Amino acid sequence: MASETLIEINDLNFSYDTRTILKGVNMTMRRGQLIAIMGGSGSGKTTLLKLIGGAVRPSSGYVKVSGQVIHELNRDALFKMRRKMGMLFQFGALFTDLSVFDNVAFQMREHTDLSESMIRDLVLMKLHAVGLRGAHQLMPAELSGGMARRVALARSIALDPMLMMFDEPFTGLDPISLSVIGGLIRRLTDALGMTSIIVTHDVQESLSIVDYVYFIADGVIAAHGTPDDVKESEAPFVHQFVHGEIDGPVPFHYPAQAYLQDLNLEKALA
Amino acid sequence: MLKPIARIISVIQGIGHRVIEAVWRLGRATRFFLLVLLKSGTSLRRFGLVIRELYYTGVLSLIIIVVSGLFVGMVLGLQGYETLQKYGSETAVGTLVALSLVRELGPVVAALLFASRAGSAITAEIGLMKATEQLTAMGMMAVDPVARVVAPRFWAGVISMPLLAAIFSVMGVFGGYLVTVLFIGVDEGSFWSQMQSNVDFRIDILNGFIKSCFFGVAVTAIAVFEGYDSPPTAEGVSGATTRTVVTSSLVILGLDFILTAFMFRGL
Repeated sequence: MASETLIEINDLNFSYDTRTILKGVNMTMRRGQLIAIMGGSGSGKTTLLKLIGGAVRPSSGYVKVSGQVIHELNRDALFKMRRKMGMLFQFGALFTDLSVFDNVAFQMREHTDLSESMIRDLVLMKLHAVGLRGAHQLMPAELSGGMARRVALARSIALDPMLMMFDEPFTGLDPISLSVIGGLIRRLTDALGMTSIIVTHDVQESLSIVDYVYFIADGVIAAHGTPDDVKESEAPFVHQFVHGEIDGPVPFHYPAQAYLQDLNLEKALA
Repeated sequence: MLKPIARIISVIQGIGHRVIEAVWRLGRATRFFLLVLLKSGTSLRRFGLVIRELYYTGVLSLIIIVVSGLFVGMVLGLQGYETLQKYGSETAVGTLVALSLVRELGPVVAALLFASRAGSAITAEIGLMKATEQLTAMGMMAVDPVARVVAPRFWAGVISMPLLAAIFSVMGVFGGYLVTVLFIGVDEGSFWSQMQSNVDFRIDILNGFIKSCFFGVAVTAIAVFEGYDSPPTAEGVSGATTRTVVTSSLVILGLDFILTAFMFRGL
């Protein structure tokens, strides 16, 4: 497999108002790799995807995609770059006023001059890849959560992107849909030779499919490695996260004054 | 002694804050309006996008416009006849109905109905598309949501408003005819001939048409801005929908006064 670097993230910082979200993040992602970015809710994972897609600008540092610094691109160059990227949103973000077929055809109609009969064939092929060719005439409102996610997946690979980003692709899915989506992400990454980034907190499903894992905690990379490294890691944060322990470096309790003091029991017990 | 002063200062601060916020919002709305105009190329090149929206904003508003127009015309006929017959000039009821509709009620009432029927729908749709990340998704697919989603809806609204106002006036005249000629028995010939000789194409019909064009631009510009600017939550979208109807209604009435002052001054 080609080991050429597709994404290079160098000393990336990002703050929102006065809140620092990412602090000095460094990452490299090679072509054809399937990478998971894990971390608790609000740890800055989704922000990282937005920075790669150029939806927000870093406070300092840069993200390079195939050699180009994303935040230095002008609007046209950025849109050109985005045509080579696909993004799967948490709940699919299907266009509710378009049918499944038209959703998948959307980018082909917007960005290419393909004939309608060619588009029809391509759309049916994409839908076939996610197992929903038979559902092409349905509207998004008629789909289950898992099906909507699969349609959105077919839509995001419509133009065969070189980079796919998945924002929490496993959230709110039943076990069957969950392994279906997981399997699809792995298969499509290999078949299309694209780089895929999954932002997730679903440990078991993602460790079974990805090539490399980054853990983000409080805006810094807490640990990284292959799934096997991670499973055996003794680093306290990784251990807590992978095994889902309630207390550890990530405390169960929100910072507060002493419990007894809050209940006014100090004097009574003294 | 200090407390009341501090309270007064905080009240003044609150007022200042709101005023500044309102001015900012007005600025954002103006910039957004210019942006929509600037990005209208796609809508004009792919007119199918506008035609699709014309169905949702225009055709689906037809029922409320037709029914309301009919009733408003019927009421005008009844009231007009009631007053005019005291002076023995009940045959002028046709002129009264037509002039009231074409100059004022047609554009204004149709615009108010349009704001509550189509304007609110546009705001809710764009707001929900934003809340469910559809607009972000579109941007990530390198398609500009302002050009692809907002501009076609804007132009569809601008095109349908004058047509709806014209249909409203026609239905109103028909309603007036039904009540005064068919039910009350006013002479049909004088009803129509007086209307024809007293309604001027340029002064009355064209000015009414111009009014409805202004209202169309105002209502849809407000509706698309409120939708696009709404906070991406359930309360955000519902608040934006309400604001669309309230703001558009006030703007319609205010604009109507200004336009009337320009058009019919001294006539």
